[in-house]
Amino acid sequence: MAKHHVTATVNGDAVEFLCETEETLLDVLRDTLHLTGSKEGCSSGDCGACSVTLDGRLVCSCLVLGCEVAGRSIETIEGMATGETLHPLQRKFLEHAALQCGICTPGFLVASKALLERDPDPTETEIRYWLAGNLCRCTGYDKIIKAVMDAAAEMRTS
Amino acid sequence: MRYEAPETLDTAVALLAGARGDARVLAGGTDLLVQMRYDILDPELIVDIKRIPEIRAVTEEGGGWRIGAAVTGAELKEHAALGRAWPGVVEAANLIGSTQVQGRATLGGNLCNGSPAADSVPALIAAGAIASVAGPRGRRDVPVEDVMIGPRKLSLERGELVVSFLLPPRAKGSGDAYLRFIPRTEMDIAVVGAGVSLTADGAGTITRARVSLGAVAEKVLLVPGAAQAIVGSRLDRAAQGRLEAAARAACRPIDDKRGTVEFRIDVAGVLTRRAALIALERARAR
Repeated sequence: MAKHHVTATVNGDAVEFLCETEETLLDVLRDTLHLTGSKEGCSSGDCGACSVTLDGRLVCSCLVLGCEVAGRSIETIEGMATGETLHPLQRKFLEHAALQCGICTPGFLVASKALLERDPDPTETEIRYWLAGNLCRCTGYDKIIKAVMDAAAEMRTS
Repeated sequence: MRYEAPETLDTAVALLAGARGDARVLAGGTDLLVQMRYDILDPELIVDIKRIPEIRAVTEEGGGWRIGAAVTGAELKEHAALGRAWPGVVEAANLIGSTQVQGRATLGGNLCNGSPAADSVPALIAAGAIASVAGPRGRRDVPVEDVMIGPRKLSLERGELVVSFLLPPRAKGSGDAYLRFIPRTEMDIAVVGAGVSLTADGAGTITRARVSLGAVAEKVLLVPGAAQAIVGSRLDRAAQGRLEAAARAACRPIDDKRGTVEFRIDVAGVLTRRAALIALERARAR
């Protein structure tokens, strides 16, 4: 079986790749496009470490086939900072020490950015529900929630 | 493993009907890709239906709503008019998984995955939803309660797929609700699920009702006896008691790690009563 030839947009750039049917978007991002910021945790949609947006919609890239994204637009953690300038969420995660081992962090950042684009002023409860699909085994979540709330506040006033 | 993403229904049906081995429909993929990953499924052909316009659309039809089988939970949540007409159906769909899963998961996939614990299915059955099925012999309408016949088993024939669901027009004074029990607040599989849809007259007397229960049998059940228990009542305490008893009488659950037979039967009564009270409150508000 010939590989699928797929063209798509990743972080604003046109990309082309070949993939097998079985390969997930996460496999393609990491192994073919060498964008290794999206992490493989569970491979079953439970942990959120592979979170990306697909046409603006937050999804687990482990639950999307590579060949499904033909003609679609994907945003990953690699597209979050502008050059050397970190996104406010990234800066606040550092300031609040909202990470320890760091495996879950790209997923949390991508998911939090998707939330703040929809709702610039979420409540703590809304943030916790929105991020319920992102698992962190280090922080106990509190620092992550505080970082997101602080980033949201800063982004509202800037 | 072949992958096809047809842009018309006829092509999708021809692909599914002509497959040499196991052919699977890919909607949101939140069950299919997991089952492939765990080697539960190894299809010869995957037919991605998301490029077929009518499978991805929500449209008003004859005073009711037609929901494409591959419309995602997140899209349903953002559809304000649909949420006003059928809050129970939308809530049930939105209970499935995380934000990420909501970005992909679909009503068609939830039904056709064939789980008795599927959250959106009791709400659809209570709503009286009709599945529009396309296949090699054309289109047919199937009440949602007749699609699933057992765990992982559907009444669909080879080459058939669910295209959309029709939710009927809503009479004045109607409301619906879905409740489920899980051991935590988010992201778990229903131990019991209960969907109720009803219509009440100006005096608050229930004139029509449909009740459906999930995770208490080999498939999601329509429970006519529970509906009969409250039609003609104003859901007073006596009617609530009859409703609980009728819901429990319909249960034939299994013991598993999520709940015992006794627990499921008991909770089915409680959830059905609470869902009916919410549905009636919504009906009175309209």
